[in-house]
Amino acid sequence: MSAWLLRRLAWGAVTVLGVLGFLFVLFFATAQPEDVARRAIGEKAPPEAIAQWIANHGYDRPRLWNPEDPLDTMLFEHYRRMLTFDFGRSDADDVPISQRLRGGAGPSLALTVPLFLLGLPLALAVALLVAFFRETYIDRVGVVLAVVAMSISILIYILGGQYLIGVLLRWFPISGFAADPSVIARFLALPLLVGLLNGIGSDVRLYRTIFVEETSRDYVRTAFAKGAGDGRVMARHVLPNAMIPILTHEVVRIPFLFTGALLLESFFGIPGLGSITVDAIHANDFATLRVMVYLGALLFVAGQILTDLAYTLADPRVRLG
Amino acid sequence: MSAAASSTGPDLLVVEGLVTSFPTSRGRRVAIVDHVDLRVACGEVLALVGESGCGKSLTALSIAQLVARPGRVDAGRVVLAGRSLAGLGPREWRRIRGGEIGMIFQEPMTSLNPVQRVGAQVIEAIRLHERVRPREAQRRALGLFERVGIPDPEARLGAYPHELSGGMKQRAMIAMALSARPKLLIADEPTTALDVTIQAQILDLLRELGQELGMAVLLITHDLGVVNELADRVAVMYAGRVVEQGSREDVLATARHPYTVGLLGSLPARTPRGARLVEIPGAVPPPEDWPSGCRFAGRCARAYAACAEAPDWTPVTEGHTVRCHAVAREIGA
Repeated sequence: MSAWLLRRLAWGAVTVLGVLGFLFVLFFATAQPEDVARRAIGEKAPPEAIAQWIANHGYDRPRLWNPEDPLDTMLFEHYRRMLTFDFGRSDADDVPISQRLRGGAGPSLALTVPLFLLGLPLALAVALLVAFFRETYIDRVGVVLAVVAMSISILIYILGGQYLIGVLLRWFPISGFAADPSVIARFLALPLLVGLLNGIGSDVRLYRTIFVEETSRDYVRTAFAKGAGDGRVMARHVLPNAMIPILTHEVVRIPFLFTGALLLESFFGIPGLGSITVDAIHANDFATLRVMVYLGALLFVAGQILTDLAYTLADPRVRLG
Repeated sequence: MSAAASSTGPDLLVVEGLVTSFPTSRGRRVAIVDHVDLRVACGEVLALVGESGCGKSLTALSIAQLVARPGRVDAGRVVLAGRSLAGLGPREWRRIRGGEIGMIFQEPMTSLNPVQRVGAQVIEAIRLHERVRPREAQRRALGLFERVGIPDPEARLGAYPHELSGGMKQRAMIAMALSARPKLLIADEPTTALDVTIQAQILDLLRELGQELGMAVLLITHDLGVVNELADRVAVMYAGRVVEQGSREDVLATARHPYTVGLLGSLPARTPRGARLVEIPGAVPPPEDWPSGCRFAGRCARAYAACAEAPDWTPVTEGHTVRCHAVAREIGA
């Protein structure tokens, strides 16, 4: 077990280092520091100001090789900063990135955690129901609705939800956010609803397939043959077995609750890490963007390891080693 | 009365006109089990034999109302211990399944829940039919494991299915099926997936248990060796219908139906050394192509004009009956 964990962590480290390498190539092979500086402080900025900005952000070092000091390069600095979590300041507005992360994690979690905690049981319940009535009209209607729900773009849900509920019905504000607990629910209700609607189609379809596959297994027939009823068979036999493939799908999502939901946060004005990422893309804010991608890679590796650990809990046949 | 018939007691299970259908790809429903009649006397072992796909397993599932959608039991009368099982509600069926009818299946590898300890699965079966405390259920499960010959039963109760061998899993299945002392055990190809040496042990165990508990067994198999080992009476199925029924001696020694004769003729053990095995020409047609008349006619050397009609039962001797026009003509002539 501990040997397994060490091996997985080593592979995770290799993955993360590789991602950082790709990031470096992607950004510094395409962008010149002068362009980034001009976008940050204005096209008509004087050359001295641009040189100053570049020096302040550390983009004036040689890229890969410095004959005077081999460690004083952009590549080394890139790895050093990321691996020591010394994220520096935003390219766009000079705000310290770690401060921005701390500010964004709360609003992101306020949206994504309820979305996950409501969405998973909801999708599981609907999928169990539809799978229980498989080969009947309930099943067919359910599958058609699920396919329709997953085929509609999230943008339609966002704009439609804002228009219907925010403009016509005036139940909730169209967008905005306040951390005050007395009003936060009013701001989160609509993005939550849209997020649930957007995710439930594909989840129900996937889980239904898993459940239907499990209900056709021999052990299910055995359970019925010993006199168990429908509900008992579904809850005690089908669900625990179906959890094995469902866990792969769900556990890997958990770490990403931190990084937020890109489009939902951006459209609903929730100042979470998702909208920070979208803003950074729009502003060509490389410094912020690479932190977000780096965190994504770390969380992905964490998710993979968590998934494998979850397997050992769900399936006695799995032993890590 | 023949010796075979007199050795059997009153009927425990009577099945009459059982029809189970599945939809074809063209939407029509085809009867995969077509007017099947069976009788199992108390304490008797009836073997239902036939090739794979002839509907014998489906017959067993139909008796216990375990046919999965889109399959459907369309007609038939099933009487268990004098009580008709028609029109029973789900609650009563739950009491009958496992309580009065125990079942074991072909694949012990997949028939047990892979993520639940075998002990817990046996205890579940016990507690579904009797209100006993967990500790008492545990004690009984231990006794059942001992009875079916599982060594070190205490440790095995805590094992997961993948930690047991195929033979041990099948013994655990048998223990589970016996947990509520059913009157009838339906054993669907119980030894097919096992090694030959293990097969013999499981067959011995089933015979012992049947005698000890006075339990009737409906044994479903394609293996005539197993029939010879275990069966008191035999019913031969072909393409959804029972074509011949009788005592083990009637069917194995004096088979009359051309299909049974062909089946026995293809056995290596019954063929003289060096002689060619005789095979039945052709193959079982797929269900949607089953003829309305005698279903074996297309492969039968003795088929004639009358075989376009479905044959009725023709008694050969007391307790031995055949559904065949050619046999009926021979006896009548």
